[in-house]
Amino acid sequence: MRDVAVIGVGNTKFGELWEYSLRDLFVEAALKALDDAGVDMIDSIYVGTMSSGMFVDQEHIGALVADYVGKKHVPALRVESACASGGFAFRQGLIEVAGGFSDIVLVGGVEKMTDTEDATFALSSAADQDNESYFGATFPALYAMIARAHMHKYGTTRDQLAAVSVKNHNNGSLNPDAQFGRKITIEAVKKSVMVAEPLTILDCSPVTDGAACAVICPLEMAGKFKKKPIKVIGTGVATDTIALHSREDITTLKAVQLSADRAYQMAGKKPGDIDLAEVHDCFTIAEIVVTEELGFAEKGKGGLLVEEGKTALDGEIPINTSGGLKSKGHPVGATGIAQVAEIVRQLRGEAGERQIDNPKVGLTQNMGGSGASSVTHIFEVV
Amino acid sequence: MSVPKTWRGEKYRYRLEAVKCTGCGKTYMPARAVCPECGSRDFEDIKLPAEGKIVTYSMVHVGPAQMQFEVPYAVAIIELENGLRLTTQIVDTQNKELKIGQKVRMVFRKIQEDGKTGVIGYGYKAMLAE
Repeated sequence: MRDVAVIGVGNTKFGELWEYSLRDLFVEAALKALDDAGVDMIDSIYVGTMSSGMFVDQEHIGALVADYVGKKHVPALRVESACASGGFAFRQGLIEVAGGFSDIVLVGGVEKMTDTEDATFALSSAADQDNESYFGATFPALYAMIARAHMHKYGTTRDQLAAVSVKNHNNGSLNPDAQFGRKITIEAVKKSVMVAEPLTILDCSPVTDGAACAVICPLEMAGKFKKKPIKVIGTGVATDTIALHSREDITTLKAVQLSADRAYQMAGKKPGDIDLAEVHDCFTIAEIVVTEELGFAEKGKGGLLVEEGKTALDGEIPINTSGGLKSKGHPVGATGIAQVAEIVRQLRGEAGERQIDNPKVGLTQNMGGSGASSVTHIFEVV
Repeated sequence: MSVPKTWRGEKYRYRLEAVKCTGCGKTYMPARAVCPECGSRDFEDIKLPAEGKIVTYSMVHVGPAQMQFEVPYAVAIIELENGLRLTTQIVDTQNKELKIGQKVRMVFRKIQEDGKTGVIGYGYKAMLAE
């Protein structure tokens, strides 16, 4: 197995981008990533998208993006694992390069969500359609039920949930590509429109258009390109029951824990070795539970971790320096690759106003549905 | 919502019919071909108890288009007396406070309709027992 490095990253601005189609989004991110690396030739493409069929009535995304990126006849495949499609696309590219089948691979993710009237319905297809969505359980409702159970079992508070959103909006205000570049307060989160109790609209990630791409190649070739290569040192994925109710403990996300354990083991790292992480904060409660599963906090203490400022930009373990899904935006298929782009920029020292002090090791965690799939990657400065 | 899809769900949605693994005793609804706990492929048919309790819940204020007419509505994970868990709505919750651990019983209700002329979907919901 060959060592692999990220040599280029690029993304569109995230937001309600009325003038962009799905293909416009992907092509802009792809060209930025290729230019960042200084690469013209690629051997193949993997593209993550959750539901281009339901969002814009378009399938066959692999061929479409290869055509419009101007790479005639290259192998290209669409990867889907709901909101973790981007992270899983990254892993498929990684496997292809590590295995020696290809040298230079473009891995990307895209979602065009604002062309449909009912994004909530399309998103609910990532849950168990027959046994959850049919009965009226929306995604906010599923995470709200996790939140309620976590509050009941561990004493997690309403203010701790809100603190995640406040922190991520703070970080997003320093990210020019973020959908919401404004700071908010705990009070504003609690007083915003109720979605699914106890979660308000400011506990939820938004509907977003956007794309992100990365270029990867064998580490031994990586020195030839423009930018400082960032080595991929760990990858891990896991699945869990599709329905939330089938899990023994509603307050844990077992797939997240397993995907992290597998990545830590491959990387030879432990939670204390990680300098910063981009995690899947689709809802505020998700970031709290995920930080526990990643080993940054004891089980049940994730709320305290954020409340005490330990996950802030200047904290012990900065989480979601990009603004996270909450503030940067959540174009579902693009999210996993956008996380990689943020970690690569931080490890290169290119994160501008939100740059943290000299990080060496970064982690990304991206999950699908109510945690039925999760993918974790660990990156290190060479 | 297709008509055959509705038929396929009638067994469990209308009658709470489930299966019990003969290997480890775990119950599943809908029925499965393989037990994820013990790997057994042998199951016996059972009828689920109608009594259970609330494991967790949320009051939904923004629903999908086909359910927006009934917001706010309560969604919960219910654990039935034999340990099986399912997701459904709790009916008649106006002015009542919901709590984790509260007793409920399963009732038969309309779930959703597919426009003015499409299939009407029925199934189970929960009602507070006390």
